This record gives sequence, structure tokens and C-alpha cells, in this order.
Amino acid sequence: MSSSRILIALLWLALAPATFAAPPVHEFTLDNGLKILVREDRRAPVVVAQIWYKVGSSYEPSGLTGISHLLEHMMFKGTPDVPGGEFSRLIAANGGNHNAFTGRDFTAYFQTLEKDRLELSFRLEADRMRHLLLDPEEVAKEKQVVAEERRLTTDDRPQALTREQFHAAAYVTSPYRNPIIGWMQDIENTTPEDLRRWYQQWYAPNNATLVVVGDIDPEQVRDLAEKHYGPLQTSDLNPPRPAAEISQLGERRIVVKTPAEVPYVMLGYKVPTLKSGDEEWEPYALAVLDGVLDGGNSARLSRHLIRGSQVAASVGAGYNLTSRLEELFVLAGNPAPGRSSAELEQALRAEVARLREDLVDPDELARVVAQVVAADVYQQDSLFYQGMRLGILETVGLGWNRLDDYVARIQAVTPEQVREVARKYLIDDRLTVATLEPLPLDGSRPAAPDAGVDHHAIR
Amino acid sequence: MPNLKWLLSGILTAGLLLASNPVVAVPEIQHWRTANGVPVYFIAARELPMVDAQILFDAGSARDGERPGLAMLTNSSLEEGAGDWSADVIADRLERVGARLGTSSRRDSAVVSLRSLTEPRYLQPAVDTVARLLKEPTFAPEALNRVRQQMLTALQGRAQSPGAIAQDAFYQALYVSHPYGSPPHGTAASLNAITRDEVRDFHRRHYTVANVVVAIVGDLDRSGAEQLADALVGGLPEGETIPPPPPVPALTASQTLRIPHPASQSHLLIGQVGISRADPDYHVLYLGNHILGGGGLVSILAQEIREQRGLAYSAYSAFSPMRQAGPFLMNLQTRNDQVDTALEVAQTTLRAFTTDGPEVQVLEEARQNITGGFALNLAGNRNLANYLGVIAFYGLPLDYLENFIGVMNGMTLEQVRTAWQRHVQPERLVTVIVGGEPVPLAAPTQPDS
Repeated sequence: MSSSRILIALLWLALAPATFAAPPVHEFTLDNGLKILVREDRRAPVVVAQIWYKVGSSYEPSGLTGISHLLEHMMFKGTPDVPGGEFSRLIAANGGNHNAFTGRDFTAYFQTLEKDRLELSFRLEADRMRHLLLDPEEVAKEKQVVAEERRLTTDDRPQALTREQFHAAAYVTSPYRNPIIGWMQDIENTTPEDLRRWYQQWYAPNNATLVVVGDIDPEQVRDLAEKHYGPLQTSDLNPPRPAAEISQLGERRIVVKTPAEVPYVMLGYKVPTLKSGDEEWEPYALAVLDGVLDGGNSARLSRHLIRGSQVAASVGAGYNLTSRLEELFVLAGNPAPGRSSAELEQALRAEVARLREDLVDPDELARVVAQVVAADVYQQDSLFYQGMRLGILETVGLGWNRLDDYVARIQAVTPEQVREVARKYLIDDRLTVATLEPLPLDGSRPAAPDAGVDHHAIR
Repeated sequence: MPNLKWLLSGILTAGLLLASNPVVAVPEIQHWRTANGVPVYFIAARELPMVDAQILFDAGSARDGERPGLAMLTNSSLEEGAGDWSADVIADRLERVGARLGTSSRRDSAVVSLRSLTEPRYLQPAVDTVARLLKEPTFAPEALNRVRQQMLTALQGRAQSPGAIAQDAFYQALYVSHPYGSPPHGTAASLNAITRDEVRDFHRRHYTVANVVVAIVGDLDRSGAEQLADALVGGLPEGETIPPPPPVPALTASQTLRIPHPASQSHLLIGQVGISRADPDYHVLYLGNHILGGGGLVSILAQEIREQRGLAYSAYSAFSPMRQAGPFLMNLQTRNDQVDTALEVAQTTLRAFTTDGPEVQVLEEARQNITGGFALNLAGNRNLANYLGVIAFYGLPLDYLENFIGVMNGMTLEQVRTAWQRHVQPERLVTVIVGGEPVPLAAPTQPDS
């Protein structure tokens, strides 16, 4: 055993220099505050343009949940110069593809185009940054579309429904308690006037970052951006009030009963992120810990729970160190046939306890580092993903250049640090557990739960 | 406002639509056979120090025979043990060099894919590992049972998903006793019945030189790619070519299936038997479908269902060509009480499109989208590898990518319309509806109307 340990340690050293430098990022800022990031990638005659707004579901007050996402839908519904539907039609007719996505901390729009057509993206995005029409009829129709989206992605998916309830139970004051798509009643009650205020407040050059990756000259991007985005007016930004999560004083548990076949259990521990924490090394140590548990098929959860004890049919861990606010380190899975959620929960807690008690092996760390080093190369295969990493870091307020030392910071994490974050954060008093209890799928609806407990009874 | 009158309004369109198609530099496909006779397709991409390799076997669920799920169980169990290596050892060997292994199994093909850094000290151990699990998987009883249990859990997951239930029912209704009707993920009865000998026998007959192709994209020269291919599949036994599945009989009558499910939304699948990958009408139907429902929000179906009526979040149509005729289908999801309306709109849209064909302007814009966007589809090694895998598996011509834009530009509106009428019969469709009874809802609030 010890000889293979040495071999692996050597491999680790051998792997370290493999880091393959990504092309540099060029950064500009227009007078109106629009920040522009450009990365040249000349592999194909293609360019991706993404515009990132600092607004998302974590900015939303109670009663207006989902408004960032609904506004994202409305952004395709027209301006005085580009009527509804024209945006999509123009991009399509120019061989492009486009879409948008809303997160807790950002709303982003993107176009992928043949490189000579980048100006079309700037023209259209600049136009709808300040001149959106919010026609009441279109709003009413789009609310129906979003309601269908909610049914498709959450209401009729037992695990997604459990996840939503899990977040609502884990957080008390943090806006991360609300779903990105919004509660159904809030989707229904949002008015065109609400949307107009939301739009005017957040959609402005001084609240946005333009990211361009592809076969393009940075100076050309700057000139085009100056031409189209330069004339746009700024907005008076009122940052959302601080809504830090209050201290959790003990373990929380919820049960979600819904028609389903497969049991599911989720565990989440409150942990800091790069933006929300005090100690800068801690999020990197948590990211490594995540890799120790779930960095592939060789990591502990697969090795111990799917193969070893065979208590899980599927299992995973997740942690996002770039979130703006305090996060959950999540462990979740489906018990194997014949095993219970309680057994799986105990097995997951035992894995966490082991991390608190024992130092991780150097060869486990070596494997995590090897995967991070390789992933750093693989990620450069996608223009879109390169842009996405830059956009998120900038939009949550960390700054894109955090990318530069990411691999080095991961490599610097020690076994002691992994144990330290486990001891500090992965403890019962910071834990929320949600269990999905399947009800029969016999075609009939279950009895409505107590009012106020399950919002889906509202339907 | 948004409708199908393609107004060329405003200065924004001026000039842009007239832009000619960009010259797309299509990467060269190199093709050869390994010493033991395996066809190899290769695109050199020298910019990033990485490689993607796909090993595609003619070993999908169409080969399941009496045992639905056998092909997938075999494919999924490859990485569970090989030679004297356990699953732990295999995973460790790959992940300590940062390699990523993927396995997947569909109706026609069973695929093993590898992504790795190209420096030999990383690539070599990864390739040795993959070669061994292709050639000498152990299919240990304990490992097989574990994968079997995982597949049973996945089956339960499908049973709680109205979309998955609809898909299974649709394929079953369309293909009846044809091999494509066999669900790739199996049935509970079949999964429980499959023996280790059956898995070993399936592997022995299908994972052979006679039934495999290799597609490689990455930072290698020709000789490096030759060595890689040899290392991956050089040890496979010769085997015998297995004849393709039989042709698919056309539908003889319409059929509507309503399956109850306690969901707030109903899933609709409407379609029929479509075309094979070798069908001479492939491109013209691709263009036609792009207009009807394959082109995103600007397609007719999305306009009618979503943009104009707000009936669904997602509404699309697709051909899924396979070795033999794959399905043509339209798919949408809508609140239970809107099912009849949405179904009517979808049927009417298909009928009108079949009878009238697309408008000239719509056809031109779809063509612009496809040809102008072709460079996007070829950007990145992952995209190239996926194209190359299809070309390799279905034996498409080496100049397929090179000719694609020319073929698209050569098609006329009349060709689209007549090809569509040859292949699509709106009066003969399978319709599957999975969802709940419309429940009394509080009337949706529309505060602004």
C-alpha cells in the first residue's frame, strides 16, 4: 500500500506543471460604467457575446419572487425599434443562436454568431438594455408560459420539488430561500408596473458586464461597444438591503410528501463562499472536500455508498464557492432498492463525520488536484463556458481575475485545512435535512396538506 | 405583434439578411482502418492539449432481443471491473490522470468515450484502462447486480415522470414488436431476469472488430491518432457483423393513448414513423422540420403554441433518424385543462404545414439560420467529436461536412413541400397524452387584463 502511495504522490508532482495557460483577458470600462471583458479564442470563426446583469432571484423582495426570471422572458418581447419576436428572428436569420438564463445572483443574455456579425448582438442588446416595451397583454401571456415552465421543471418533478422546499426550510432570512422561478402565486400576481420598476432599476450599463469570447480583436470589441452601448444612460442603483442569514441554532428537518416512486434525501450544511466568508482559504478547502466526496467515480461517495455498502443507487455532493451569499454544502441521493432514506442519511452523516475526524489521504488530494488541472484545460474547449466563468465572477463582485490563481489555490489546500473546514462547518447545528416520502402514483391527487405548509396546495 | 408575417422592419435588418454565407473552414476528416480492421475517423485539433475519443459499437437496445435492457446493462457494467481490476481501481486509474470516461447506450449504438490530456504520461494510463474494459470486462455477479439495482431505480424514476412515461408509450405504439420498440432502459421483469451469461454473451458477440468504429478529435498528429486507435481497439476479437435491424413498417392507423398521472401538466407526444439516417430526403426534411418546430422560438410550432397563445414553455418537433426509420414527433407540455386546445393547435399547424409548405421568406430565413450557423456547430472539440461520431457510426461520406452548406443552399421550396408530403401523413398519427384530469383551479389571476 505504501509503495503505491508514493507512486501517486510522484504523479501528483508530475501533474502540477500541466496547467495550460488560457489566453489573456482584456478589460475595458466605458464612461457609463459598462465593464467589458474580452478573451481571444481563434480556434473557429465564431464569437460568443454575453451581457451579465447584477440582478437575480436573491435581489427580490417577498411577494415579487421570480420577477427577475419573468423579466428575462419579457426581454424578448420587443422595444420601439425592434418589435416583439424580431430579436429572435434577426439572430436566427443571421445564423446565430441566443438565449438567456437567470440565477440567484445574475441574469445573463447571450448570442453566438459567426465572427463578422458581432455588431448585431451589440445593437440588439444595447437597444433592449434601456428601451424595453412591457406590453400588458404580452406580460399576461408570458406569465402563463412561465407558469408552464414552473410546472414542467418543479411542480411535477418530485426531486426538484423537494429541493425547493429544502431551500425554503434551510434559510430563514437569506433570499436564497426562494426559488429562482418564483412561487406560483408571485408569478401570477406580478404586474407590468412591477416589471417596469424592476427593469428600470437594474438594466443599465453601470449594472452590467459585457463578456466576449472568440475569434475577435479586443480593440474592435471596444469600438463596437462604445458605438452601441456608449450612449446608454446609467441608472441610480439601490443595492438590495443586506439579508444575511441569521445564525442557525440547531438541526432542521422537513418531510416532503408527493406522488413519486423513488425516495430521496438531501443534507445541507451552511458554509461560507469566497464572497460571503472571512477566511479566503476556506472556500477552496471546501471545494477540495467536495472533490474528495464526489470528484468522480473514484471519490468516496461512489466508492463507499454505491459500491462498498451499496446503500445508495445514486449519490452526490455539491458546493458552489462563487455564490454571493452564504451557501449550502449539499449531499443528496436515492437509496438503493430495499434500503431506506434513513439508512442513506446515516451513511452520508458517517462520511461527513469521517472528514471531521481523520485527515484525508494525500493520494485523494492528488486525485482531486489532477482533475482540477485537467478540467482547467477541458473548460477551454467551450467559448460559452469560458465566458460564463468570467461573467459569474465579475457579477458576484469577486472579479474575473480570481480565475488566474484558482488552480494554485486548490493545489495549496492541505489535509489539515480540509479537516478544519469539516470541523467548523459540517456540523449538526448547521444542518438541514429534507426527505422525500413518495405517495402513491395512482392517478388520484393526494389529500391537500395543511394550509400554509405546502404552497402547492394553493394550485 | 409576434406572428408569422416576417416583417422586414427597421434599419436593423438592412444589409444583414443580405450578408452572404461565411466561408466555413471545414476541418479535414482523415479515415483509415487499424491493423485489425477497425474504421477510424480523425480530426486534428492542435490548439488545446487534449483529445476526445469515441468508441461506437453496433450494440444498442435494438439488439436486446427477448431481454429489454440487456444492451444498457452490458454497456454500464464495462467500467465495473476488467481483468484483475475492480471498479475502484478502474476509476482511480482514470481520475488520477484527470481523464473522463463516459458510457452511453441508445437504440442503435453503445458508446464508450474518453476525454484526456494528450501528454503521454496522462494519456497512456487512461487509454490502457479503456482498452482493457472494452476487451476484458469481468461482469462480476456482485457488480452486475449493483448496476441492475441502479437501473431498477432509474426505471422507478421514469415511472414518476410524465415525460418519460409518454416517451415509452410513444415508442411502444410506434414500433410495436420492432426492435426499436424495446425500451433501452429495460423493464423490471427483464432486468430481474437477465443472467450473467447473457451479459457475457452479449458482450462477446457485439464488442468486436466487426461491430465498432472509432472517432478521434484532438491534439495528435496522424501517427499519434493511429497509435491511439490501435491501443484502444487493437485487442478486440474479430467477431461477426450483425445484420441491421429490419425495416420499420409504416403506421396503418391513427392511435390515441391517454395515460393518467397525478401531474399538474399533461405531456403530449404526437408523431409517426420518420426516416432512416440514409434516407435521401434527410437534408430536405431537416430543413423543413427546422421551419416547423426545430428552429427554436422562431419556428412555427413555438410561435403558435407558446408565443401567440402562452400554452406551453416548450414546444418543438424533430426527426430522430436511426439505422432504420426513427420517429418524427411533436412534443409539448401544458396545464391539464388546456390539453384539447394545445392538441388542436398542434394538429392544425402540422396539417397546414404539410398542405401548404413553408412561405418563401420563412424558408430563406431558416436556410440562413442553418448555413450561417454551421460554423457554430463545428466550434470546439466536443461538437466536432459528436459530428464525427455520427459520420463514423452511420458511415456517412467523408465530405459530409464540406457539402452540408451547398446541399442546404441547393434545395427549393417545392422540394421541401413534396418531400414533407411524401413522409408525413397528418391524418395518421400516434398521439400520447400523459397527465392528470383537469382539476378545478382558482381562475388564473390576470391583474393586467
